[in-house]
Amino acid sequence: MPKGPHSQDHRWGNRAALTLAAAMAFAAILPAATRAEDKKFLIGVVELQLANPFFGKLEKAAVDTAKKNGLEVMTAEAKTAGDSATQIAAVENMINRGVKGITLDPANATALVPIVKKARDAGIVVVTTNTSLQPREAADAAYETDNFQAGVLIGQWAKATMGSKPAHIALLDYDLSDKTSKARHDGFLKGFGVGEGDPQIAGSALNMGNAETGQTAMENLLSAHPDINVLYTINEPAAQGAHFAIKKAKRDVLVTSIDGSCSGVRSVADGTIGATVMQFPDRMGQMAVEAIIKAVSDGAKPSGFHNTGTVLITDHPAPGVDSKDSKWGLENCWGA
Amino acid sequence: MTVQGPELHRAGVGLTGEPEGAGVSATPSLQFGRRVRRLFAYPTTGPLVALVVIFVVFSAGTSTFLNAGNMSLIAQQSVVIGTLALGQTLIILVSGIDLADGAIMVLGTVVAGSYASHASPLIAMALGLLACVGAAAANGVVIAWFRLPPFIATLGMYTIIAAGARLYTDSRSFPIDSDLLSALGSGPDLGAFTATYGMILWVVLTLVLGYALNETAWGVRVYAIGNSPAAARLNGVNVTRVVFSVYAVAGVFYAFAAWQALGRTPIADPSGYQIANLDSITAVVIGGTSLFGGRGGVAGTFIGTLIVVALKNGLTQAGIDSLYQEIATGVLVMLAVGADQYLGRGQRA
Repeated sequence: MPKGPHSQDHRWGNRAALTLAAAMAFAAILPAATRAEDKKFLIGVVELQLANPFFGKLEKAAVDTAKKNGLEVMTAEAKTAGDSATQIAAVENMINRGVKGITLDPANATALVPIVKKARDAGIVVVTTNTSLQPREAADAAYETDNFQAGVLIGQWAKATMGSKPAHIALLDYDLSDKTSKARHDGFLKGFGVGEGDPQIAGSALNMGNAETGQTAMENLLSAHPDINVLYTINEPAAQGAHFAIKKAKRDVLVTSIDGSCSGVRSVADGTIGATVMQFPDRMGQMAVEAIIKAVSDGAKPSGFHNTGTVLITDHPAPGVDSKDSKWGLENCWGA
Repeated sequence: MTVQGPELHRAGVGLTGEPEGAGVSATPSLQFGRRVRRLFAYPTTGPLVALVVIFVVFSAGTSTFLNAGNMSLIAQQSVVIGTLALGQTLIILVSGIDLADGAIMVLGTVVAGSYASHASPLIAMALGLLACVGAAAANGVVIAWFRLPPFIATLGMYTIIAAGARLYTDSRSFPIDSDLLSALGSGPDLGAFTATYGMILWVVLTLVLGYALNETAWGVRVYAIGNSPAAARLNGVNVTRVVFSVYAVAGVFYAFAAWQALGRTPIADPSGYQIANLDSITAVVIGGTSLFGGRGGVAGTFIGTLIVVALKNGLTQAGIDSLYQEIATGVLVMLAVGADQYLGRGQRA
């Protein structure tokens, strides 16, 4: 299949000429935007599975920002977690369609690197959203939550709230080979001021980031360590599950979490979760698309890591740790 | 067990899945050694020994495993997988498999949970239960009538239902505050041991299915199909209809599992129970039911479920990394299947 209508090769035979004619005809039905006029051009938005409302909100913000600026948008999503094959095919299509920029939420940090290089070699600005490539420099720039900083915030809040009371910490992690999971975990320990293996850590258990597995993991930890009084959770569903275990065991545990979904913020409001850290998927989408527009219009390519924000949400503010209350949280949360 | 097992098993499979010598203790004239051999021919003996070993090891190794509160926890953590595994047992007995059981159950929870917010809990529950039975019966149709291999048919159903549940809920989860829907999560306290209604239901369902399999003509046909569909057909069994009934009845158990799940974790969550299908198959296989069909039963599955859950509970209490917990479960599965292979081969020799 011919690459596009702009080939300069005139040494073709009849068959090639026919193909060229077909390509021209095809070009005529392409949206005008692909023939890059000044302001109105095509960009691609590649997201993760939309089953997760976080990715849905991110994609919508990117698309809205593009439309507001008069751009054409192509979108594509991974079908499941880790589905990089679909994303690679989507980026290939976008290169063929002649996009000027791509925002990519990579399903896998390394699998997408070669195709991103191909896109950038073709002059396309590629920025990552939500999570970055390995190495991060494989894309032009990254727009994501600083998950380590998010962990630090709840760690500091928990420490400040506990004061001088002896702490017995439990950690409900998601698979720690996951970059985000590890960053949150490490950040929490840093914020609380304890190292890995510190005697204040009573125990840890893996869960799948949902209520059911969070509950079972917390039940088992509480059974082994009834004195647990501080809890870190990978996300709000896990915290909500852990809460059932805590309630049944009639314990008093300071529960911390990360994400800032509306369901999670409601759990902060009703006291199920002591504090959570909000992420801003809409800012990721918006900032990423704005960076592409700027790069295309005046040639200033974006670079580096851009934190899209972390805000501690709690109704029990602790001295020395900035936070917003659950009312503010409900106005700014994502998902249902 | 392995040497004498095949012959004794062969004698014992019959159509009820119980050895002829099931009443060993009532035969005092038997030599002790023969008694022991007969005991191990009984399909639940192996799993029972494994369960006892797990309890002894963790009771000795940790100070917190063996107490009433933790025993209650293990039982509470078992009810959902255990109830699913009852349906799975039935299917595996006819040499089938169901990869969609967890997804079907989750569909039931989200249907019930979504209706509970604006309809009467009774209607919400009825719709949830119907969704489970309907989806499971659809499995039965494609497997019994259209002759799709169960692995592929239920794999397809698994992805369809899992995605369907997310689409249906828009990926939201529904907190459950209806007393009816969450009833199975509570129950009387017997000292530190909370006996939830869900546990009682699990035991009752196990007994009911055990009775149906061992004491009814339908149960005889289920084992007969598992041993040889061709022979069953020659003996006048309508294989298609019985296989369909097996998948549909399994759906009734998935429906009860959905109710159990809402009681245990009162949030109807489309992202929950992602590996419940594998857990339920693990429980059935560890419980000694043969993947070739025709051998095993619900008593083994009951014990197999407790093994899977107690192992996870005990290893967490012992502070052992979750990944090692999964390795331990995997090793157990392979041992169980290995034993089954050996016995199965003996049977065919």
